[in-house]
Amino acid sequence: MADILTKADPGAEAAPPRTKAAPGPAPAADPVPTVVADPVPTVIADRVDIVYRVHGTGTSGRGAATAALGRILRRRKGAEERGVRRVHAVRNVSFTAYRGEAIGLIGTNGSGKSTLLKAVAGLLPVERGHIYTDGQPSLLGVNAALMNDLTGERNVHLGGLAMGMSREQVRARYQEIVDFSGINDKGDFISLPMRTYSSGMAARLRFSIGSAKDHDVLLIDEALATGDRSFQKRSEARIRELRERAGTVFLVSHNNKSIRDTCDRVLWLERGELRMDGPTAEVMKEYERFTAR
Amino acid sequence: MSQVLHAPPKTAAPQAPSADPVAPADPAALAARHGLTVSGARPPLPAYVRQLWARRHFITAFATAKLTAQYSQAKLGQLWQIMTPLLNAAVYYFVFGVLMNTKRGVPDYVPFLVTGVFVFTFTQQSVMAGTRAVSGSLGLVRALHFPRASLPLSYCLQQLQQLLFSLCALVVILLAFGVPPTVSWLLAIPALALQFTFNAGLALVMARLGSQTPDIAQLMPFVLRTWMYVSGVMWSIDAVLRDHHLPHAVTVLLEANPAAVYIDLMRFALIDSFHASQLPAHVWAWAAGWALLAGVGGFIYFWKAEETYGRG
Repeated sequence: MADILTKADPGAEAAPPRTKAAPGPAPAADPVPTVVADPVPTVIADRVDIVYRVHGTGTSGRGAATAALGRILRRRKGAEERGVRRVHAVRNVSFTAYRGEAIGLIGTNGSGKSTLLKAVAGLLPVERGHIYTDGQPSLLGVNAALMNDLTGERNVHLGGLAMGMSREQVRARYQEIVDFSGINDKGDFISLPMRTYSSGMAARLRFSIGSAKDHDVLLIDEALATGDRSFQKRSEARIRELRERAGTVFLVSHNNKSIRDTCDRVLWLERGELRMDGPTAEVMKEYERFTAR
Repeated sequence: MSQVLHAPPKTAAPQAPSADPVAPADPAALAARHGLTVSGARPPLPAYVRQLWARRHFITAFATAKLTAQYSQAKLGQLWQIMTPLLNAAVYYFVFGVLMNTKRGVPDYVPFLVTGVFVFTFTQQSVMAGTRAVSGSLGLVRALHFPRASLPLSYCLQQLQQLLFSLCALVVILLAFGVPPTVSWLLAIPALALQFTFNAGLALVMARLGSQTPDIAQLMPFVLRTWMYVSGVMWSIDAVLRDHHLPHAVTVLLEANPAAVYIDLMRFALIDSFHASQLPAHVWAWAAGWALLAGVGGFIYFWKAEETYGRG
């Protein structure tokens, strides 16, 4: 434990020796103040606390978010106010993300990664603190907007509109989305209701729709684990593409390899608290030691 | 362990590699300097209206999608759009027209009843859908960013589409019972527009209440059923007021009831034998006033809590 502290602490006291947030690797280590690329912050989290309020006593079965927080719930048994339970999902987290960074969010289940991501996206209100963002960060994922009873084709339109694309943009991208998903590779499936798709096909279509839009700040929550091998490869390539176009990418994943491949900086959350923040290699080493126990 | 826990936040703030001395101390200042804004903050009202307008295609697409998805598993498919209101009307006719014989003294009772049922169902369903609009779509609210008013408005639009199907059925019924088509049928359009505005406003209010207290969805069916029985859906308010001497307050309440106002306007527009004398005084003023009050008030009320939807 102590070594984590010593690793994390130097950054606190003296930032220069281990600067890690600059877009390119080169200017980061430069101690001279007049660096060429003054890093532009895109997301600033300032002492953020996020609290869920759960009605009723059932701790599971009321949505994935709540279920994932079950562990924290059990720890907070005492904090009940007239049948409402408060779930402190994220505690006092601060960080600054810069343009050009790809940041991985890691931590064991229920550690608040997805919650933090949703707060960055402006989808969950913060209890205390502030999150400042450049433009509107968007989550990669339109699952909730799609309807199983509708055809794939109508879902492409609906999903695109739900993400804030215009009708013209959806129409222009339509063929590309369908082609990328590979839904029509084995016949005309796009004109069938989505409930007839296999889970893999549906996941592919969802990813294709979700990744069709350009984003300034892109938030990805476990999106890489869908589809078969060839689709996974294609989607990883798509993520890299999105990264190049997007200002900043956040990636939540339990796949250490995909974090190593995609991210240059990692935030490690544990029980809602930021445990470590640093270059991918360092944080992942500690994280792997922690999870191996 | 405890040391580890408090350490990282400190690491995060001052790590800004820029040479700027202000940045590490004050994230707010850094944010302001780079033009960053608070994520998920409620936009001012005019900006909100603009955002909503930009989402109009989503609102209509969502409504249509909901409507089509509704009967997609049924064998008869979209035929149910028109069968459901017809069956509804048949049941009400059997209960109130045949069993209870409320039709006494009301000419063209079947068109009278069916118009009332359809018009009230429009408001009733809009309110019910509005109550669940946010609380029932938490997945959507928590996954995507859009002005939340899109949801209740979209649900109301779905109900309007549903009503248009019902009106097709109504036209058939009207013609079958020998009500002649007249120019006054066109009055149905402004009446419907006003009712839609009223419904949307009410749905927005209910959406906010329902998102804060989900229990309201359990309570609403009872409230709505009571409302239906006092709104003159199956009986003629006009006839009752003529036959009985009710206190003045009750008379005003019965006549100013928005549901009764919209129902009577629709009957006046569609049914030949329903005369202007049966309408309450200043009925169009009431209709417009209710629409304005509910529409504007409901919208502002909903917008006031925009940033809180999706919590809990």
